[in-house]
Amino acid sequence: MARKKSARRQKLERTALYPLDWLEERSGLIGGVRYFLFRKVPGDTNWFHTLGSATLTAFLVQLVTGVILAFYYQPDPQTAHASIEHITNDITLGWLVRGMHRWGASVFIILMFLHMGRVFLFGAYKYPRELNWIVGVLLLATGLFEGLTGYLLPYDQTAYWATVVAININGTAPFVGPFLASLLRGGAEIGPDVLARFYSLHMLLVPGALIGLIGLHLYLVVRLGVTSPPWSPEAAGREPEAEPPPPRSGLVQPRPRASGVRGRPAE
Amino acid sequence: MEPRGDEQPKLPPPSLWPVGFAVGVVCLLVGLVVSWVAVAIGAGLVLIFGFLWARDVVAGQREVAALPPEEPAPQAPAVPAHVGEPEPGERFPRNKFLEAATLGLGGIIGGIVTVPAIGFAVLPSFLKQHGHEVDVGPVSDFPEGQFVVATFLRNPSQGEISRRTAYIRNNGAVKGKPSFTCISNRCAHLGCPVQPGGPVFDDKTKHVKSGKTEVTLIPALPAAGFICPCHGGAYDQEGNRTAGPPVRGLDRYEFSIVDGRLILGNTYSVASVEGSGASAKIHRYELAGPGQHVDGPEAWLYPLQPPH
Repeated sequence: MARKKSARRQKLERTALYPLDWLEERSGLIGGVRYFLFRKVPGDTNWFHTLGSATLTAFLVQLVTGVILAFYYQPDPQTAHASIEHITNDITLGWLVRGMHRWGASVFIILMFLHMGRVFLFGAYKYPRELNWIVGVLLLATGLFEGLTGYLLPYDQTAYWATVVAININGTAPFVGPFLASLLRGGAEIGPDVLARFYSLHMLLVPGALIGLIGLHLYLVVRLGVTSPPWSPEAAGREPEAEPPPPRSGLVQPRPRASGVRGRPAE
Repeated sequence: MEPRGDEQPKLPPPSLWPVGFAVGVVCLLVGLVVSWVAVAIGAGLVLIFGFLWARDVVAGQREVAALPPEEPAPQAPAVPAHVGEPEPGERFPRNKFLEAATLGLGGIIGGIVTVPAIGFAVLPSFLKQHGHEVDVGPVSDFPEGQFVVATFLRNPSQGEISRRTAYIRNNGAVKGKPSFTCISNRCAHLGCPVQPGGPVFDDKTKHVKSGKTEVTLIPALPAAGFICPCHGGAYDQEGNRTAGPPVRGLDRYEFSIVDGRLILGNTYSVASVEGSGASAKIHRYELAGPGQHVDGPEAWLYPLQPPH
């Protein structure tokens, strides 16, 4: 179908793709990434389908800015607030990174809810995707817990009393509440250890859980495919016609063929 | 990335140039510390030997490509597939034993590692949670019938975070026994600090030595009782809830008098108080967290409390 390539061009392509070939032969990673990026999705996906990727992007922003903030933040009751002021007022672009982390947290939560709304309204939680809905709800809860633990870290009056109130709200849960509250505050009363405890939860335990759950979430998305919108004329669950895999080179995406292909590459 | 028909690994051809390349890198790095001349020499070596190495690799690739693809790979002698394999359904006892041993040992090792770690993470929240007594100064600093706002460190070794406030009123002596009302400022809704509903006389602030720290005493006139700034909970002067979301009255401190000084002890929870001052009847319960009922059917939701 394509023009015959000149020998020189072929050699050039082989040389350029050699590193990718090298990696692929030893790891199979290139094929995996290509499978992930160029998998088929329904032809009538729309902008609402990007909310999940947007949430993931917001999370990645939180990861990067959080790691940078941890360079300068001191989780010590005596110096925590001073280090926050140092980040905001003294360090070059510290105000920007802290601002991104602070506002990005809200963006992350809001996008999670919007994504959840999209999934609900499109009926994308139905068979066989129920498990992914459940993982999504766990992600929501984990994300909210990340917000709770992060809120204490500036260690000003708002942070302190908001945390007191949040822990006491947990304390009012029937039966287990009092124990949950003691566990969160590390004792009967809020002490100096709470800050380090929340810092550790905020930057080690909870993000780890989030990353693991996001991995599972994406695995299920790739395995089960993306749903068509409810107004799609395509019958749900119809298998696309079998066709031979197109010849591909490296990460370069094949030219879309003109006829008869259902679906298009994901963004 | 053409699909390759053969399953032969493609080894690069032997080449000695990488040795020169490595020497060049070392020379360059050492030069960064020692002198710029060495850096230049190292960089030159890296470039020259890198080029030679790359040429070798490319030549090797060309040779592989030039091989006639039809050349049949030497066939390995066919091995009967079933030799050495058990019959379907049969299992070696040793197999099972090894499986069980791996899982069992893994479980034991995991337990040995995990149990202390989880204990370390969880138990400190529930053990050694004893209260601290606080000396808030001589009884003479508490005029009869007046509220005093006492601010102190509950546990000086923890520093500022243990700063607490109590509203203390001297009720005078009843049958020779002194009586005090010591109300905790922790709101019974969600734990915010309640404020006196009336003037606080900052100009009459007193600082009293208490061990290595100081207690601040400020006279106040909470004519409207106590009010929480967070969600509007309101209490009367005895700590009874009068309005808003709190589920019970304000907590109180136990008190004792030692050598003429007022000592605050543990806190306890109060459902409500009948009467006032020294003659008040206090419906007293074990300390519960804010927002938790201590009486009535709702209290059944909180049958157990962690140690306070």
